[in-house]
Amino acid sequence: MGGRRFWSWLWITLGALYFLVPLYATLHFSLQAKRGTLSLLAYQNVLADPQFYRTFAFSLQMAAATIVTGIVLIVPTAYWVHLRLPKLRPAVELITLMPFVIPAVVLVFGLIRAYSRPPLLLVSSPALLVAGYTVLSLPYMYRAVDTGLRAVDVRTLTEAAQSLGAGWPTILWRVILPNLRVAVLSGSFLTLAIVVGEFTLAALLAWPAFGPYMALLGQNRAYEPAALAIMSFGLTWLAMGVILWIGRGRQGGPSELSGTH
Amino acid sequence: MPSRRVLGDWLGVVPFFLFAVAFIFWPAMALFVGAFRDAQGGFTLANIVALFQPFILDAYWLTIRVSLVTAVGGGIFGFLVAYAAILGGLPRGVRTALTTFSGVASNFAGIPLAFAFIATLGRVGMVTVLLRDVFGLNIYDRGFNLYSFWGLSLTYMYFQFPLMVLIISPALDGLRREWREAASNLGASNVQYWRYVALPILLPSLLGTMILLFGNAFGAYATAYGLTGGSLNLIPILIGQQVRGDVLHNPGLGYALALGMVVVMAVSIAAFSWLQSRTSRWIRRGA
Amino acid sequence: MAFLELVGLTKTFGATVGVEAVDLAVERGEFVSLLGPSGCGKTTTLRMIAGFEQPTAGRILVGGEDITARRPNQRNIGMVFQAYALFPNMTVADNIGFGLKVARRPAAEIRARVSELLALIKLEEMGDRYPHQLSGGQQQRVALARALAIRPQLLLLDEPLSALDAKIRLSLRNEIRAIQRQLGITTLYVTHDQEEALSLSDRVVVMNRGRIEQVGSPFEIYNFPHSHFVASFVGTLNILPAEVVDPDAGIVRAAGQRIAAAPGLPGIAAGDRVMLALRPELLTLNRSEGMDNHLEGEVETIAFLGSIVRIQVRVQDALIALDEFNNPNLDLPAIGDSVAFGFPREACLILDGSG
Repeated sequence: MGGRRFWSWLWITLGALYFLVPLYATLHFSLQAKRGTLSLLAYQNVLADPQFYRTFAFSLQMAAATIVTGIVLIVPTAYWVHLRLPKLRPAVELITLMPFVIPAVVLVFGLIRAYSRPPLLLVSSPALLVAGYTVLSLPYMYRAVDTGLRAVDVRTLTEAAQSLGAGWPTILWRVILPNLRVAVLSGSFLTLAIVVGEFTLAALLAWPAFGPYMALLGQNRAYEPAALAIMSFGLTWLAMGVILWIGRGRQGGPSELSGTH
Repeated sequence: MPSRRVLGDWLGVVPFFLFAVAFIFWPAMALFVGAFRDAQGGFTLANIVALFQPFILDAYWLTIRVSLVTAVGGGIFGFLVAYAAILGGLPRGVRTALTTFSGVASNFAGIPLAFAFIATLGRVGMVTVLLRDVFGLNIYDRGFNLYSFWGLSLTYMYFQFPLMVLIISPALDGLRREWREAASNLGASNVQYWRYVALPILLPSLLGTMILLFGNAFGAYATAYGLTGGSLNLIPILIGQQVRGDVLHNPGLGYALALGMVVVMAVSIAAFSWLQSRTSRWIRRGA
Repeated sequence: MAFLELVGLTKTFGATVGVEAVDLAVERGEFVSLLGPSGCGKTTTLRMIAGFEQPTAGRILVGGEDITARRPNQRNIGMVFQAYALFPNMTVADNIGFGLKVARRPAAEIRARVSELLALIKLEEMGDRYPHQLSGGQQQRVALARALAIRPQLLLLDEPLSALDAKIRLSLRNEIRAIQRQLGITTLYVTHDQEEALSLSDRVVVMNRGRIEQVGSPFEIYNFPHSHFVASFVGTLNILPAEVVDPDAGIVRAAGQRIAAAPGLPGIAAGDRVMLALRPELLTLNRSEGMDNHLEGEVETIAFLGSIVRIQVRVQDALIALDEFNNPNLDLPAIGDSVAFGFPREACLILDGSG
């Protein structure tokens, strides 16, 4: 028994080291901008750069637009599939899993080819970026909402609302959505975490987003990228923390899968 | 009246399907069609044939190697870590912590991950320096390079093994204590239990998840770009370059490249879901 | 000497005691049930015999040999689990042959033994099926065959029927007993169902809070329970607080009446507080001739339980249940009626007042 415990701790320790050593190294590196002393200079430089705010704000806007688009597309669809069209479930699930089949780099390639010629000239519109991000966030948003719908008794809620004379828009907006708040928020924060640091789509569609900004900084600076990596990691933690916090006390909390690499 | 009702039902999902057609299938079709078109717009198989030139085969081969190594390596490592946390007799808190960390780590990819590994294993990275100054081992003299195959693989492992932990945990939960007890009761040693019972039960999930990891690494662009700045001859990097400017001097070849990638991914996802359904059938109804 | 002996077997989990100083001797070929409510230590006792739990103190002897320190896979003890625990990745035949396979028996021998056991459990056609293709009852029969395939010296069954529905439970229960008789294998059977324990066993061990309350044949356990706990767990007894009036004549006072119990109550003096237990099936409605005792009360509820009708009568503070065999000519009272009922001395059991 003691032997088994030993091996367990060994593997857990190795896993923890793999996880923590790069983080520690990055943190350490980010504090060395001033020769011979630890300082926050790299962070100050980053925070003093107007480009940082501009790109970060742009990515936040894109994330917000993506989240809204995702909710508008997914919530009614998932609800309908639950209530009226269970036959469509496999098709809907397959579509939401498409980003796993079509990697971001291929998706953006296809989007550019499909929408770079009149009359479908969309490449220069941020709408195409938002559409691409929405595709990438489909699996997470759909899974979150689907789990949420399973947890509440959609049919009974709907029938109760109908018997009280509510119409469909009222039912969706006033009855279903409030009951899905936790699920929708989980999906939203996961989307936020994915979109804000996203590089592939933003870079290849040539948008001044946060991801390309980080990449550019990485080519020109030494310590600032490490500082950015730490900040971006903190952001991911924050998003996960919020998801865990809003989902606390619920059974089978959100299971996060990886996003865009 | 019924037909109106049916129509109403479908109206509810129309926006979703329209979106899917416009932003998934139509672009995919555009690539697909492009892969079979020549410069004049006629049908051709030349682009597919052109995939088999050494330069592109090398790229496919390197991408496959990186994906395979990180899928198998990350898969086995992730499995051992998850097994230790779930069935290793450790306090419950270890598992909760592991799940949370894995959720974060599997999402911590792309440019920041590349920066983190540069700070760790780059030429002046902390671990590199530590190994050189304390252990007298200069890994860069020994042929290691963060911006080459092994460096890239180690970096990918950072999101690969946590993903394995997340996906394999339910399968490990499904491994029932009674199976071990029944086996031991019937005279089986620990090794025999693993060989005849536990491993065969877990194998579909293990293989399936590794295939998923394979696809995950195969399509990764941002991390590779952040690390190597596009100097490594990987398929996603090639596609990225083709998007930025026609570096292959043949748009059709670019589309064929993307098509080849989608085929690899589709096959791996199909294999994943097939293997996954096989295990869940055992675990759900094998009670 | 007994075949299986438990000597002072004790298991503590941290501060709580799971099993406390259990002594038990089981003869070769005997079918013994461990009966008790959940948490009484019966399953822990079984798991210690199988080797899945290490006792805190005490010894386990099989055939005179001390196996306490042996690993589970060195004990040659067959076990059937509550939730079947069949290996889902193997066919029925492979499940049954598993023990022989890991013992590296020749393939021909395994094949022969498997078909022998498939015949025994009457599933000859099912050898190639997978567990998830079988019903619960079939799965449990396969689990039994798997445990028997290794020719264990001892068979342990841990609530093997509790996951099944009532009809299957009854038929499988009889099948288990028939197979056990046929093979003459020493068997320990854990259950919380008193009917199961009484109908199957040569002897029943009633356990409570980690201790053995009473060991005896089903007849003894049912008719002569030693304690309040055994009496109430094994049957649907009416328990009334009583006061001893005349220990030599066996007279007590309960529900405001003098009641004649068995004469010559040992170790009890006049004025002692005791418990009087009455079996519902020995109380007869509206009949007092030839009866030693006679009580009156008001009918509170009437419940049809199939072959019997249970009538609850309020006698002062006590609510007493009477069981009547159901028949179409039964002349039942209505709720609220005043009724009288009689019972012989033998229907009374005196239990010590502490329980």
